[in-house]
Parts: sequence; structure tokens; C-alpha cells
Amino acid sequence: MIKDTSIKEILQPEHFDSAEESSGQIKISRRTFMQLLSTGLLITVTEGVSFAQGRSGDGRGIAVAARVQINTDGTITVMTGKVEEGQGSRAELSQAAAEELRVNVDKIRLVMSDSDLTPDDGRTAGSRTTPSTVPAVRQGAATARELLTRLAGTQWNVEPGTLDVHDGTITHKTTGKKLTYADLAKSKDVAVLFKNSVSSDVDLTPVEKWETMGTSVPRPNIRDIVTGAHRYPSDIVRPNMLYGKILRPPSYGATLESIDLSKAEAMKDVVVVRDGQFVGFAAPTSFRATQAMEAVAGTASWKTAPHPSSKEIFAYLKEHARTGDRSRPRTKGSIDEALAKADKVLSETYNVAYIQHTPMEPRAAVAEWNDGKLTVWAGVDGPHQVKGDLVRTLSVESDRVRVIVPDMGSGFGGKHSGEAAEEAARLAKAAGRPVSVRWTRAEEFTWAYFRPAAVIECKGGLDDKGSLTAWDFTSINPGGSAIDTPYNIANTSILSAGSDSPMRQGAYRCLAATANNFARESFMDELAAAAGADPLAFRLAHLENERIRTVLEAAARHFDWPSRRKKVTPETGVGLACGTEKNSVVAACVEVGIDRKRGEIKVHHVCEAFECGPIQNPANLLSQVQGCIVMGLGGALREEMEFENGKILNASFARYLVPRFKDVPKIDVHLINKTDIPSAGGGETPIIAIAPAIGNAVFAATGIRLRAMPMQRALRADLTS
Amino acid sequence: MDATITLIVNGTEKTVVTDPQRPLLDVLREDLHVTGPKYGCGEGRCGACTVLMDGKRTFSCSTPVSMANKKKITTIEGLAEGNSLHRLQQAFLDEGAIQCGYCTPGMILAAAALLNENPNPTDEQIVEWMDGNICRCNGYTKILKAIRRAAAQIAEVKIP
Repeated sequence: MIKDTSIKEILQPEHFDSAEESSGQIKISRRTFMQLLSTGLLITVTEGVSFAQGRSGDGRGIAVAARVQINTDGTITVMTGKVEEGQGSRAELSQAAAEELRVNVDKIRLVMSDSDLTPDDGRTAGSRTTPSTVPAVRQGAATARELLTRLAGTQWNVEPGTLDVHDGTITHKTTGKKLTYADLAKSKDVAVLFKNSVSSDVDLTPVEKWETMGTSVPRPNIRDIVTGAHRYPSDIVRPNMLYGKILRPPSYGATLESIDLSKAEAMKDVVVVRDGQFVGFAAPTSFRATQAMEAVAGTASWKTAPHPSSKEIFAYLKEHARTGDRSRPRTKGSIDEALAKADKVLSETYNVAYIQHTPMEPRAAVAEWNDGKLTVWAGVDGPHQVKGDLVRTLSVESDRVRVIVPDMGSGFGGKHSGEAAEEAARLAKAAGRPVSVRWTRAEEFTWAYFRPAAVIECKGGLDDKGSLTAWDFTSINPGGSAIDTPYNIANTSILSAGSDSPMRQGAYRCLAATANNFARESFMDELAAAAGADPLAFRLAHLENERIRTVLEAAARHFDWPSRRKKVTPETGVGLACGTEKNSVVAACVEVGIDRKRGEIKVHHVCEAFECGPIQNPANLLSQVQGCIVMGLGGALREEMEFENGKILNASFARYLVPRFKDVPKIDVHLINKTDIPSAGGGETPIIAIAPAIGNAVFAATGIRLRAMPMQRALRADLTS
Repeated sequence: MDATITLIVNGTEKTVVTDPQRPLLDVLREDLHVTGPKYGCGEGRCGACTVLMDGKRTFSCSTPVSMANKKKITTIEGLAEGNSLHRLQQAFLDEGAIQCGYCTPGMILAAAALLNENPNPTDEQIVEWMDGNICRCNGYTKILKAIRRAAAQIAEVKIP
């Protein structure tokens, strides 16, 4: 149960004409307010609706007024704790509200990710917006519509069943009398009615009646993006603001023993803060803050700690794995017996390197203290969660911290933590002025958390007919997502084992599913080859899951798998892979070209089929799938953190090679709209089939099996040795 | 030692007294509050900071402000004419070539510089030119379509 009474009431825009912003004594005109709405910079002032929640982070059990506010100008303010970071939640959630309120989507003013204004809908993570927050918003909107309809019925003294709602207007079917939402918003009764809780059993619009959902509504603030008007977290400017820099240790695990700060303290306009291991500098420009830091960095004495290098990381993770007596696999049948009886047994190990999310906007935050209340604008995945972190680390009362997340410059699971927010808050407190902390790319590469590295051990047994009878899969360190095999195998043993990761690790787009699917789908290819079977036929022979079969067959058909498989040469290979995660299914066929002299892999063509239930926004889903495919190329081919003695060796775009225009292959995406199940999120799973499909294509061309991501360097070493 | 630097930013003359070694990007963002150009890498490897300097594509993160003295600087804020979007802005909007949008100002300005020099580029020329700009949402496919769409509409793009 979250004790959060910070939202008292959501004001209607009209009330803002004379409102004073509590922090800055700034008069907000109505026009400004409307502009601020889309950037989340609005501040509430008055009292009213309780904002208690049933369960933390699911956005349920709240008052209707905490989700929906009807405005007298015909617009509707809708509130969600979710963040827009490029994945399309602003459009999708606006559509969800518009659908149930029976209004055009341009009437919706979506206020997002503000811990004072919006419900806690949980972190923006795990593809949860679609299956969890969309239904929560729809329930809120549908409850609001029902309450408004009932209010009209009461005013006219007619049964709600005789009323029709369309385009924000309630019509009495027999008399033709009309009332708009805007008319009703003037009534005091609405405020009282909206204190009711959102109903969890209100009827939601069935897929076949969707008018707004299911269409390609563009991102509502897209014009502000192309004009540069949108303010990202790193763009926020407050009056009198300073820019901050933090002194970082020279290596992981190093602790500060002493430092002479006098040179920085003597610099004009520079604020220096030392609090234990925290040493920060704030100045009127970031250049000046950096100069201050550099003036004293050389005087620091550090105690360093040993740290394994990326060259030995897989041995290290295996050595520290919690396997054997320390954990128990999930089993079916008898794996030992099946392996003993098998006609052929294969045993291989796959590795996956640590990689960085490298969002285009590195971590950034502005912090401002006013009368002991902290307001932070930050690029993080969860305003309520980071607020909780700040309350704990800064020892501030919960109602004295507000976190606002302006639509930010991507995250891919990499911005769960609010380091820059805390750093800015510490500096701002000491300076007595707002402070902006914006991480450099090198800081983001070094001090943000990484996608976990993985060591995955696979054993498989084939009977004399080439059927897969035994499957033993031990995945060390990445986590358990997509670890279960979707294939029909009688005897299995599956284990997700933790290890002691020497690198700070955390969420990433589809997280462990990429590693686990890479190992599984590569190993399936090895088993198919051992069985003398076509990779597609071998998979289908072991696959009962109809949804995966559908996408696999669709990808193969559109790619023309059988004939292209016959045309494989030492320079051109084709491969395929499939998988499921987060209740969506994917399959990809790829063609690669091999430059044998240079040892280079060039992906020519990716044909991917994807299904995540009823499609809520086709254009946005296409962007997400295309984005996953290209991002998948990076981890498959080149992306890899290199480190030694606790230092990152490739902390720049010059040395850590993310996909660029030249890497983009021909991409075919086939979206399957399956309307008889609930919608699942679509921004993650499309990434998991790319790496194994590429590896399998390289094998088809060269006979070389690449068992580690990234694959490019290993192939070069093999072909040029 | 501070220097007096004059920049003509989106047609308006601005004078700043500052350390001449500061990056142009910092002066635009921190002194003039022109935040369209973004920080992405600080070494001219991602293009998020792209501006046009006298019409030429320039990485403002790795250009000392002294080099921009008395130069015309065009940022994303200066592309539209009143309410009328530049055709590249409109093409990005029409193609939905935007996910998080953080790379978008740099993408549009890089493309504007390309079309300024070569109004009718081939796909290969677009890819070659745009390879200096990174999009991590990996919207390259739609960005390429948007640039093609804008290029198809014009014989010549005039940069304000």
C-alpha cells in the first residue's frame, strides 16, 4: 500500500490563470499551462481527491480523478506514471483513453511521469505499458464515461441505457437531447463523482469495435520534436541554474582516501561539495565545472581494488556461478537417462558479452530545492521509483520530493536508476541554486549499468530418427527470461544460475531473452545439422506452439526460405531463428554476406514476422520492430564492453561500434494482428531472433559456428588466421 | 582569458563574453538557451549536436566557440519559417521518422546540409552522408524514407 497523498486535486486549466507555481513564484497563464501539460511541467495546488492505491505500481484502485479530469474547454486531461522515451507510450495511452471516452484522440491531454501528479503505474519496463497500463487507463476512462453518462441520465431523469455517447457528447436517443462532457465539467457533481474508484469490471471496448486503438496515431508532441521545441531532461533550464560535474573514481571499486580541494574552492563562482566518497563541482557553465574538477583531480589519492578483465570474464562468471548444490534446475522426464540412451549427444557453451544501452541522451537531471522541498527533472524510467530512491538516499520526507520525467532521449531499460538526480540534488542543496547534471558519454559508458554477460551450457540428445529427446540448458548470469524451450522435448533440465557479476548489471531491451534465445536457437541449428535436417523443418518437427509456428512459417514464406537455402555459397549464407517472450512471438530469416578476405559479416536482408496480439498502433509497432532488428545487429556483431583493471577500454562511440546507416540491411517486417487474445508489448521481443539467425547464416556459408556474441571479431580471427 | 564572440544564431546576432575554448554546443545551450542541438558524445561521432555553420554541417560539440565567431549558425529552431515547417521537418513528421527524437534535430540538419549540396542524392549518397549521425532507437529505415521524400520534392533547398 503506497501512502501517497501528494496529489490533492487535478486543477482544471482555467484555474491556472491566477495560480502561482509553488516553487518559482511564476505566474502561469492558461496558455502556458496548456503548453506545459505536454512537457509535464505543471504544478498542482489545491486539495480534494485522495490518491491512495490498492497495490504499488499497477495504477489500480485509484480514484477516477487521479486518472481522468474533464475540462470545460472540451479537452480531457489523463494522467499516467509511465514515461515516453521513444517507444510510443504517449500515443498508445492517449489512444486508450480516447477509445473508452469516445472522443477524438486530439482531445486527450496526457500528463505523464510526474510523481506529484500522476498515478504510480510502475516503471516503464518489461513491455508492461501495453498489457498493464493501457488496461488501467482504459478502465479509468471507461469509468469516467459511465459516471458522466449516469450524471446526464440523472439530470434528464432517464435511464443510462437510453443514452448514447459519441465524440464527447451524450445524447438521449429518444428525445435527441444533448450534453457534452464540457457542459458536465461545469457541474460540481463531476468532482464528487470522480472521487469514486476506477472500476475494475467496467466493460471495455472489444477489439472489433475499436475506432482509435488499432490505428496509427502519431506521437502527440511530434511537432515539438521536429522543431526543437520539446525540452528533454538535459534541456531543462531553471532560473539561476548551475551546471554540475562529479569526480569519478579512476577504476571500479576504487575508494577515495584523500583529496586537496583548495584550488577548486578558490575558483570564482564554483561550488565544491565533498561528502564521503561524493565529490562534486557546480559552476555557471559545465566547462567551468569541468575545469574546477580537473584542477584538483590530480591531488586525489585512491585505493584501488582488483577487477577481472573482459578477456577472462566468462571463466570468472562460470567459476562464481551458483550451480551444482547451490541451485536446482527445473526438470521434466529424466535428462540423464535420455542423454545416455541418445544416438547422438552434442554439448556446447555459448557466451554473451556485457553491452551498454547507450541511449542517445545520457543520464541527465536538474534539481531544485525550495523551502526544503526537492523538485527533480530527470531522465529515468520511473518517477515514483526514483522518488523513493531519493527519499531514502537523501533522508527527505516523501511529501518533500517530486520527480518529473519530461519525454526523454531513449533508455532501452538502462535508466531505472537515478544517479544524476541524486548528484544534482546534492549539489543543488549545497549551492542553494538549481543544478543540472548531465553525464558525458564516457560516464554513461562506464558508470551506467550494463546488460549482463552470459555463459550458457547446452547439451542435447538426438535419437536414431533425428528427433530431439534430451535438452539440458544452464544459463549463468543473464537471468531467466525466455529460458524455457518452446520445443516439444520429453526430457529437459533447465537452470538459470546467478553469478557474482563484477560489472554493475541490470535491465536491457528483452534482457536475458536475447542471450538465452541466442544459445537455444544456435544450438537448435547445431542439432539440426547433426540430424542432417533442414533448420526450418527440424524446428517445426519439434514445435507445437501455434503462435510461434505461425510467425516462423510466415517469415520463411516471405523470405522464400527453401529456394534461398539451396543457393547458399561460401560467400552468402541464410539462417533463421524464432522465439517467444513477454507473451509475444517472433521469427527472423536473414541473409548474410561473408567477405572472406577481411573476415567481415555484412547482413544483407532481415525478414521478420512478429505477433503480439491485437495491434494497438501499427506504425509505432513497425518502428519498434525495425528498431529492435537494427539494435539486435549491434549486439550480434560488434557491441562489447572491453575492460581491464577496472577501466573501460572502449568508452566512446569511436571504439564501441553501434549500428549506423551503413549497417542497415534490407528489412521486411510482417506484423500479424491476432485479435482473439489480449495485446502484449512489442518493443522488446523482436530483438531476440536476430543474433542467432545471423550466427546460423554465417554457419551455413562458412561451416564456422560462432558461439559468442558479438560475432564479428571471432569470425575475423577464424577466417584470417 | 574570456573573449567576446559574436554569433548569428538563426538570423539574430548574439554576443557572448566567454572562454573561447568552450564548445559551440555549450554556448548555444547554456548561454543562449538554444537547446535544439543535443549533446550525444562530445567528440563529433554521433551527430546529435549538428548545426549548420554558414550553411555547412558542423559538429558543435567539438567546435570551439572561437571558430564560430561572426558565423551564421542555423539550429533546428531556425529551420521553420513561422508556422511553415521546413520540408525536411515535414517529411520526418509525415514518415513518422521519430522515436525518442533526441537525434532528430541533428538528423534533419545533416540532411539539410546534404540536400543543400546535392539536391538529388542517390540512396548510397544519403547513407554515406548520414553515416555520421547515430539513432539508437534505430529508426534509420524511416529516416532514410523521410530524406528521400524531402529530396524528391525539391530541386533545391534553401537554408535560411
